[in-house]
Amino acid sequence: MHFPTKDSFLAVEDLSVSFHRYDSALEQNDLKVISDLSIALDRGEILAIAGSSGSGKSLLAHAIMGLLPPNASTTGSIRYNGQQLTPKLQKQLRGKEIALVPQSIAYLDPLMRVGSQVRGTEKGIKVREKQQRIFKRFGLAPEVERLYPFQLSGGMARRVLVSTAVITDAELIIADEPTPGMHITQALEALKVFRELADSGKAIILITHDIDLAFEFADKIAVFYAGTTVEVAPSKDFRTGPSALRHPYSKALWEALPQNGFRPIPGFQPYAKSLPPGCLFAPRCPYKTAECEEKIPPMREVRGGCVRCIHAT
Amino acid sequence: MKDHPAFRIGKRTAGYLIRIITLLIATSIVAFILVKLSPIDPVQQYTMGMADVSEEQRQAIADRWGLNDPPVQQYFKWAMAALQGDLGESTIYRRPVLNLIGEKFLNTLALMLTAWVLSGLIGFTLGVIMGVFRRTWLDGLIKRICLVLCSVPTFWLGLVMLLIFSVSLGWFPIGLSTPIGVASSDVTFWQWLHHLILPAVTLSFMQFANIALHTRQKMVDVLESDYVLFATARGESKWSIVKRHGLRNIMLPAITLQFASFAELFGGAVLTENVFSYPGLGSAASEAGMAGDVPLLLGITLFSAAFVFTGNLIANLIYGVVDPRIREGSSGG
Repeated sequence: MHFPTKDSFLAVEDLSVSFHRYDSALEQNDLKVISDLSIALDRGEILAIAGSSGSGKSLLAHAIMGLLPPNASTTGSIRYNGQQLTPKLQKQLRGKEIALVPQSIAYLDPLMRVGSQVRGTEKGIKVREKQQRIFKRFGLAPEVERLYPFQLSGGMARRVLVSTAVITDAELIIADEPTPGMHITQALEALKVFRELADSGKAIILITHDIDLAFEFADKIAVFYAGTTVEVAPSKDFRTGPSALRHPYSKALWEALPQNGFRPIPGFQPYAKSLPPGCLFAPRCPYKTAECEEKIPPMREVRGGCVRCIHAT
Repeated sequence: MKDHPAFRIGKRTAGYLIRIITLLIATSIVAFILVKLSPIDPVQQYTMGMADVSEEQRQAIADRWGLNDPPVQQYFKWAMAALQGDLGESTIYRRPVLNLIGEKFLNTLALMLTAWVLSGLIGFTLGVIMGVFRRTWLDGLIKRICLVLCSVPTFWLGLVMLLIFSVSLGWFPIGLSTPIGVASSDVTFWQWLHHLILPAVTLSFMQFANIALHTRQKMVDVLESDYVLFATARGESKWSIVKRHGLRNIMLPAITLQFASFAELFGGAVLTENVFSYPGLGSAASEAGMAGDVPLLLGITLFSAAFVFTGNLIANLIYGVVDPRIREGSSGG
């Protein structure tokens, strides 16, 4: 269930993404921002991706959609519905079978009315009715379609962004932080929509900082750290708490939530340029041993979840 | 009350009025000081080539032009008359300045308008092409051409154009705005156009490179923006993106640039008109400067300042109508 198989609807296997960049005129290097990342997703499932900023969450979304900048290179494989996702296939599928809910209002054309942005290049009465139905559903007044992005409040903007994905009949929706800025009832409504979409057979990736909301609506949670997954576990384990979790970072993340004690752990996520040689979390880990610093631990199955830690039980 | 549209429009209009008035006062003072500081003696220039002009006659001319009064008094005398709509009489043409400007401006307007439209169209199109094909050989080629054109002096380009198209190929006349020896009432539209083409093309060549380079940069910014990335994510093709988002977002800066280019256009016209002996405002301005013709020079200066101001004003007004962030932003969405 957590390891990609050939039956997985979306299977990301050993994905690494590097950026080729120039440090100075003569010195260039490759910055590895995602390393050996694997996730799997089936139809009807919501996979929430949690992790701090810079852990590679948005980059994964862009890698799946084929939106990485030209100086990025990838290794590993991404399979969608049994097919290898090549750039050509990505081009065919995006906006139709794979939809993205972007992070912020900056992803909307500042000079185009939001109604026609949600409808996209499709024209006609049918798509218009569909857009109006979706707006109504999200509690957006009819006149909102005539507004420009700068006239939207933060919460309205999020709902408009979610509408852009809902209006396509995409089978896979990747939502990049769809809820911040929304009022809690709106956030719940948006997540409920994603839940319904998943229940109707779609697959959803939810990149989020609102982890506690994700616990309630997602089927499983992938925890990202420094460009890779450290744990993939069923949501119920996160609802249970640290005793059910496997990786020290997941436990720390749980304990850092306001309702769970608000306890931060010392240290910082390492920058892609200066990654530690072994386990990426080792420098901050209270349980680290000499072994941890030798090589990056592989993902392994523990109690119905996967974890990248040699000590996890 | 403060939010009432009529109040806002009134306030804005008053602001523009204050700005144009202070601008005209300031430019006339600066222009006046510059002419007074110049070593050219207007009487000397005026009487040059005339035989036997005695010192008394020179003094009489200077008195008539008011050149013996203190400069401040001269300026106020001119300014008071100007306020009543009298810009004085040109010392070299011996005709009312207003009348002269009206006549010359028509020629210049034809020249500038043609160059303005040409450079806008060529510049915008090339800019869009460069932006869309950014960092390819095509972009590089056009960019180099534009950079070369930007750095070539107008008069040199004008001379080269004359050399190629008038002297070698003989397609166009060497100068003036009408054929020599034909009464102005007998000049046909085609003759007039024939004389206009080469100076207009030269002037637009000076302008379009600038517009193209600015448009390119703006297009690159738009095509590398987050909203274009999202449009790509939604499956829009490259051309659909250029049409739907690219043109829409570069239109506003292009309009501003186009209207703000009035100043450079005027400056370019002075040089072009001189090279092509084209009888417009530009060549009149340099004649006035060379001969110390204060009334004509001040008149042209005021006129061109008002002209450039109008260009910027039009850009502002169009912006307010076209840009929804300004149009609907202030009325509260």
